[in-house]
Amino acid sequence: MAEVFAEDSMTASAMLDDRRVEELSSGRSRGAGIRVVAGETTGFAHTSDLSEAGLLAAAAAAASVARDGGAGVRAVAMSFGPTTGHGRGAKTLPSSVPKSAKLDLLVRADEAARATGGSIRQVQVGCGDSRRRILIANSDGLLAEDDQVRTRFNVMCVANGDTGMQTGYESLARTEGYEIFDRFKVEDIARTAANRALAKLSARPAPSGEVPIVLAGGSGGILFHEACGHGLEADHIVKDASVYAGQMGKLVASPLVTLVDDGTVLGEWGNFAVDDEGNAPARNVLIENGVLTDYMWDWLRARKEGRASSGNGRRQSYQHLPMVRMTNTYLLAGTENAAEIVAQTSSGVYVSKLGGGQVNTTTGDFVFGTTEAYLIEDGHLTEPLRDANLIGNGPEVLRRIDAVADDFDMTPGTCGKDGQSVPVGCGQATLRITGVTLGGTA
Amino acid sequence: MELATSVVAQAQPGEGLEVYVTRGTENEVRAYDGAIESLTSADSSGVGIRVLLEGESGEGSRLGFSWAGSLHPTVVQAALSDARDNARYATPDPDVVLAVPDGTAAVEQDLWDDGVVTTPMDEKIALALELERATRGADSRVRQVSSADYSDARVEVALASTTGIRSSTRRTTAFVSVDAIAGEGADSQTGTGFSVGRAPGQLNPEEAMADAVLRSTRLLGAQKARSGRCTVVFDPRVVSTLLSVVASALSGEAVVKGRSFFAGRVGESVAGTTLTLVDDPTDGRAFSAASYDGEGLACRRNILISDGILRMFVYDTVSARRAQTRSTGSAVRGGFAGTPSAGCRALVLSPGPKSAEEILAEVGEGLYVQSVTGIHSGVNPVSGDFSVGAEGLLIRGGTLAEPVREVTVASTLQRMLQSVVAIGGDLRWLPGVAAGQTLAIADMQLSGD
Repeated sequence: MAEVFAEDSMTASAMLDDRRVEELSSGRSRGAGIRVVAGETTGFAHTSDLSEAGLLAAAAAAASVARDGGAGVRAVAMSFGPTTGHGRGAKTLPSSVPKSAKLDLLVRADEAARATGGSIRQVQVGCGDSRRRILIANSDGLLAEDDQVRTRFNVMCVANGDTGMQTGYESLARTEGYEIFDRFKVEDIARTAANRALAKLSARPAPSGEVPIVLAGGSGGILFHEACGHGLEADHIVKDASVYAGQMGKLVASPLVTLVDDGTVLGEWGNFAVDDEGNAPARNVLIENGVLTDYMWDWLRARKEGRASSGNGRRQSYQHLPMVRMTNTYLLAGTENAAEIVAQTSSGVYVSKLGGGQVNTTTGDFVFGTTEAYLIEDGHLTEPLRDANLIGNGPEVLRRIDAVADDFDMTPGTCGKDGQSVPVGCGQATLRITGVTLGGTA
Repeated sequence: MELATSVVAQAQPGEGLEVYVTRGTENEVRAYDGAIESLTSADSSGVGIRVLLEGESGEGSRLGFSWAGSLHPTVVQAALSDARDNARYATPDPDVVLAVPDGTAAVEQDLWDDGVVTTPMDEKIALALELERATRGADSRVRQVSSADYSDARVEVALASTTGIRSSTRRTTAFVSVDAIAGEGADSQTGTGFSVGRAPGQLNPEEAMADAVLRSTRLLGAQKARSGRCTVVFDPRVVSTLLSVVASALSGEAVVKGRSFFAGRVGESVAGTTLTLVDDPTDGRAFSAASYDGEGLACRRNILISDGILRMFVYDTVSARRAQTRSTGSAVRGGFAGTPSAGCRALVLSPGPKSAEEILAEVGEGLYVQSVTGIHSGVNPVSGDFSVGAEGLLIRGGTLAEPVREVTVASTLQRMLQSVVAIGGDLRWLPGVAAGQTLAIADMQLSGD
């Protein structure tokens, strides 16, 4: 199989830091990645030279490793398939928005954050947007293109108090244009970030050891991304480098867990019309009522199993090989009431916002960090806690989920794997885990 | 350099220009199960342009930036006009200037080894294949090698500005790494080994293999440990990672913007009296050694902490002006698409007198940590809060004992620096911004059962 992935992307960003617009930035990247797969070997080359000569040179470099492939020229009939997406329905293209209007958003957020409390000493507000147009053609006759527009806005606050400094962060990121600011107010994002920093000024050290944890709806969803998402990527499975290998059809989580990876959710951060191998995204049910039902697949790993890609072949840019990646990964909502779940928890920790995480797919051990958390005492939220990591083992933690509420929400994130970053969404309702090790100092 | 100076020559009256041009070639081979899984070869190039619009007297100047992943003349011209337009929207600021040569001579370093260019691709492929084969065969408990990689890069950078900056550098790097999975019954554990150099001939694949095998096999049977306070001995690789976090709090930019727990503490005791921390890119042994910083000023040896006393921060030109001091030649930039900021490049902790074994013997009881996770989610360089996932072995009777997994170790960075009880003499030059050696820190909280 031979494949050409052409990409033209434009990015722009602006940051207001310490009340100053220090620098507006913009960039342009255009090029093609050429992949040749022969047997078990992939040859890959990329170039920013899109002339015929440049492309042929890259093709020759990519093909050089495919020594057992038959040489020669073969004509391939191509036509755009029915899944082709032209644009992602962005109503207000970022390039059509005056730079001064983008800066107004930053100033509004800065003022709202500072007005939240006198202890807010530093505010950093950033906004950024990208437009990425891709075209994929391969020797199987596939021809597809997509036009992906993404817009993000983030606020980081530092509050100073008697016990030192604390930080609060909040972001908004959608696969849409600037129309998102008609629905989401930058002042709300700023106040959320500021309140997070202010709450922690009086925070006590987090407890140390195994405790019941209640995760707020939309607190990050990173739990599933790390606890099982990466472990369900077929590249880890085919190398037997995942704790979920060989578990198909088995109970790997609480029956309350139905987990979906879905690149089709319009507007979410991990949404697209075709993946970076030209395949349509899909709503893939990975775990149904606790039973493992499928892994996520790209073209290369699906081919080995004689099945179709699940639309999870993604790459950071034309300079990278595609691999299996998540899109929008979420737990289906349950039926319980979030407030009641807290009320029924005699002691534990309530996490209203999670930061990032990391997993070892082979052992299943993973960590995820809190950026806003509170003690639960007698069914009530009491004192705020300082930041800490939680550590657990994927299958063990998933079995310990004993309550899922109905207040589902999604959050955006950036997923890093093997040196490549891609935008993903994570979602979950309020849920309780009966015991996870919290890495505090108290 | 011709391209950089030709763009600089287009500066208009009242305008400063800085042009950063890179050109590079990369190769990467991944071996799996006795075959080449993938082979990547590519050339890449790009330009980053900063435009400084000088304001009326006293008003201050404005900076704009634009980059492009191509050196095609029309693309470079478009980047220049984008950067000019971007500059119009910045806030005028008297501290915003481009770097000016400051008379400090650069320590010229030879960071280029032709071996990266002259070694045939077949030999590079053989390195990855042999590393994979040797690791599989090294220990009967190694049940899988999920990847064995060889990669190299050569990159040339030219930087020119209207303020007289002219720097041009080139460097090569070569790297092998291997991920081993050891198994016994239902238990699986992982370990990574690597080796870095400036050419394939400087690599030590045997060491990478041995490290991956040791790290994966010795964790077999690992259990959670009991929660409690203990002394933690960190492996050199982990120490390099810890220092890179401390580095972000030593950035003068973080300090002037009130985002460092070190702010306002110069001259005070911030660490144990045996601790001396130097950022020295002029030491050619450092993998990240450099002659010039990201603004084209000479890199220099900066003593940040000596005998436990905080002496200084690292600055680029703008953060130095905000702090009313001079650049320490510490501008770093993430390639052509990034703008300069103040950061450490080659941190080294002055080695102590003891070997790793002697430190373990002295510590007696505690936890040896061979790898950490969640550095980005559990360590906050603003507040200093520190909490990371850890794998390693218990220390009992002064030697390594049972393996441990699924625990965290926690403290604050401030407290950890004050609680350093031993610094190893086993300094290792590692990729990244810091070297590493064995380090023992007392009174950390272990969270497990």
